[in-house]
Amino acid sequence: MADPMRIRAQAAGGNATVRVLMNHEMETGQRKDAAGKTIPAWHITDVTASHNGKPVLSAEWGPAVAKNPFLQFTVKGAKAGDKIAVTWKDNRGETRTDEAVVAA
Amino acid sequence: MQSRRAILQHSTAVAGLLAATGLFPREAFAWNAAAFDGKTIADVMKAFGSSAPAESKAVTLTAPDIAENGAVVPFVLATTLPNVKQLLLLVEKNPNTLVAKFDVSDAVEPNFSTRAKMGQSSDVYAVAITSDGKAHFAKKEVKVTLGGCGG
Repeated sequence: MADPMRIRAQAAGGNATVRVLMNHEMETGQRKDAAGKTIPAWHITDVTASHNGKPVLSAEWGPAVAKNPFLQFTVKGAKAGDKIAVTWKDNRGETRTDEAVVAA
Repeated sequence: MQSRRAILQHSTAVAGLLAATGLFPREAFAWNAAAFDGKTIADVMKAFGSSAPAESKAVTLTAPDIAENGAVVPFVLATTLPNVKQLLLLVEKNPNTLVAKFDVSDAVEPNFSTRAKMGQSSDVYAVAITSDGKAHFAKKEVKVTLGGCGG
């Protein structure tokens, strides 16, 4: 299965800035392989994040998001020790969730 | 060091908690194909049921003037508008214009960074859709020296 996401959550001024680096090919479906066949699209379609179990972010992505996607967002009112979980789901139905704790 | 069993139990508990919130309904994972298939800005806005966007200084799009590598172009979308429901990233000349849509909730700041692929030099738009269905945008021209769609 995919490698784990790298999540760094940093508390700053009453909020937490969360940076996520996901591992995913994000194939656009535009490329052709050596034989000339189109490589099918394979990309993350949905991303959600939660703060201490409460959903705080959802996003829908198309194939144009870069390979090994980077995402940064800021959760309001998050403090050190809080849990941030990020989940992605791709167009093959595969999914992955990783968690991190907000650092001071 | 936690035993494997403890780790598995913990993961199941977390998954159970997330499912139990009831806030991950099936609809949330129904990918908006109509919007992502849109080939022009107008197509995408129509798919969101929103009017044609109006340029606004309250929406910001930070992007490089020249992207060295079209496969990885960094963007920051932000807005100071109140009652924003969604922030969209659109690359006009990409095969499919809509790159990403972020749902803005009260729990996050309307400010997101990500990286996207650009097939060629193009105008890039950050669009904020407010709860009244109006769309506001900021646009920036980004030149690409090496296209990112691999074609």
